[in-house]
Amino acid sequence: MACTTEDVVAALRRCAEVISEHRDELVELDREIGDADHGENLNRGFAAVVSAVDSTMPETPGAALKLAATTLISKVGGAAGPLYGTAFLRAATTVGDAAELDAPMVAKVLRAAMDGVVARGKAEQGDKTMVDALHPAVLAAESATEVPVGELLKAAATAASEGAAATVPLVARKGRASYLGERSAGHLDPGARSTELLLGAFAGGQR
Amino acid sequence: MKKIINDPATVVAEALHGLAVAHPERLRVTTDPAVIVRTDAPVAGKVAVISGGGSGHEPLHGGFVGSGMLDAACPGAVFTSPTPDQVQAAVTATDAGAGALLLVKNYTGDVLNFETAAELAEATGTPVRSVLIDDDVAVADSTFTAGRRGVGGTLLLEKIVGAAAERGTDLDGCARLAASVVAGVRSMGVALTAPTVPHVGEPSFTLGADEMEIGIGIHGEPGRARVPLEDADRLVARLVDAIVSDLPFVAGDRVILFTNSMGGTPLLELYLAHGIAERLLAERGIEVARRLVGPYVTSLEMQGMSLTLLRADDQLLDLWDAPVCTPALRWGM
Ligand SMILES: Nc1ncnc2c1ncn2[C@@H]1O[C@H](COP(=O)(O)OP(=O)(O)OP(=O)(O)O)[C@@H](O)[C@H]1O
Ligand SMILES: [Mg+2]
Repeated sequence: MACTTEDVVAALRRCAEVISEHRDELVELDREIGDADHGENLNRGFAAVVSAVDSTMPETPGAALKLAATTLISKVGGAAGPLYGTAFLRAATTVGDAAELDAPMVAKVLRAAMDGVVARGKAEQGDKTMVDALHPAVLAAESATEVPVGELLKAAATAASEGAAATVPLVARKGRASYLGERSAGHLDPGARSTELLLGAFAGGQR
Repeated sequence: MKKIINDPATVVAEALHGLAVAHPERLRVTTDPAVIVRTDAPVAGKVAVISGGGSGHEPLHGGFVGSGMLDAACPGAVFTSPTPDQVQAAVTATDAGAGALLLVKNYTGDVLNFETAAELAEATGTPVRSVLIDDDVAVADSTFTAGRRGVGGTLLLEKIVGAAAERGTDLDGCARLAASVVAGVRSMGVALTAPTVPHVGEPSFTLGADEMEIGIGIHGEPGRARVPLEDADRLVARLVDAIVSDLPFVAGDRVILFTNSMGGTPLLELYLAHGIAERLLAERGIEVARRLVGPYVTSLEMQGMSLTLLRADDQLLDLWDAPVCTPALRWGM
């Protein structure tokens, strides 16, 4: 099954629900190795995304992704605002005016989103950031382009979970957690966890 | 959590309203996006000097908006960088055709949001330059970290560059001056207690009753070491040693010394500490040419202090002495 505008908007709503459910968990993760704002920032941002799609239903998947991007950039702040905003913006640009997204396109979109995060934040794999969840997700998606979009997204979400879990022993080299040096090891990276949650939300209802 | 607030979600907006009504003759405050602008902006022919950052460090940055310092400040949520649309709105409100200089504290969030804003502003035709301030010697500056943090030195940077812009220095000149201030300023802080972010409701970290955190950041980020509480002589000596040996500052240097309270440390203790810092610097042959003492770059209600030293020649001292008229810093006018 391909992914339509309705699917993308429904996925954005699920993102908002999941982030709201996990707000406190993300705050707590960020309190341990950051400044305790990640859950609050994302929750504010995705609530605003829901208001935005409530007030104007986007006409294409690309328009929905672009609306999410501009809303996140203007409402989230912190490191995550420009990073997720850029990810959604690159995704929107990749999609263009397409009315539906098939599996190869979704894989391309995920790759473009990750490239956007890397271009902005200059993190490499292993730096203990959201890139550690995104990178395996992109690889999983790229090797699942023969299956329905829903299954591709599930494979990506599973890979993101594993990537996020693998951040626990790492020493942070980017972002606020890097100030802790060795003391950052032993903690799950909040941004990797939120990436896992968002990809899970995208996979959630998609056939 | 015990705070004079109504709702954690509206703390910043309500505080901005209070700031606006407290200083109607000096400040214009807009919400959505939140920007604090000097009432006479845009000032003809003048480079717009803009800064911003998370709220919770008051009077930084909004309290330094006014003649001789900042043209505009962008307050983010508590301890969270502002967003690009805030910075863009600040540029639009202050751009007088001479361009805008963005003074950005070196935190990933601030850097990324200001960078995005600078791209957007450039696209609309306003020349924009950005200068990063990273004066905190507590953090190792290596490729393995996000680099040093911007802390107390930010105030000195905003004052000196603001004065130059007020005198008509062009954008390149202001950016060069800012870079020279950044090169010569170093800070370090200490915390005795943790701040409590309103939407979190609990202290950002836990310090034992007899512990202190040396090298604390202004968001309660950890520093170099957690050590048993010491008396003021030893504590201030630690800060002075770390700062002086970093640049290094040497005998014969003239400096501006800024002794800052993190919010919860009373002036009684701050002056006590300042006296010690002046003595220790004199012993090293470093001449304190100017000084500032007070709670200016705070971390909510955190008890603690920081010291900032800026190596200053006649030109910098002259810009420091230049008239300034803002809610939190005012002299010469
Ligand atoms: N350079 C980077 N590249 C990719 N991801 C990053 C980078 N820096 C931080 N992150 C991610 O952002 C997450 C933190 O996001 P958050 O919104 O809490 O930002 P922040 O660091 O608190 O921002 P601020 O500096 O404004 O306080 C981290 O857990 C990490 O996954
Ligand atoms: Mg954070």
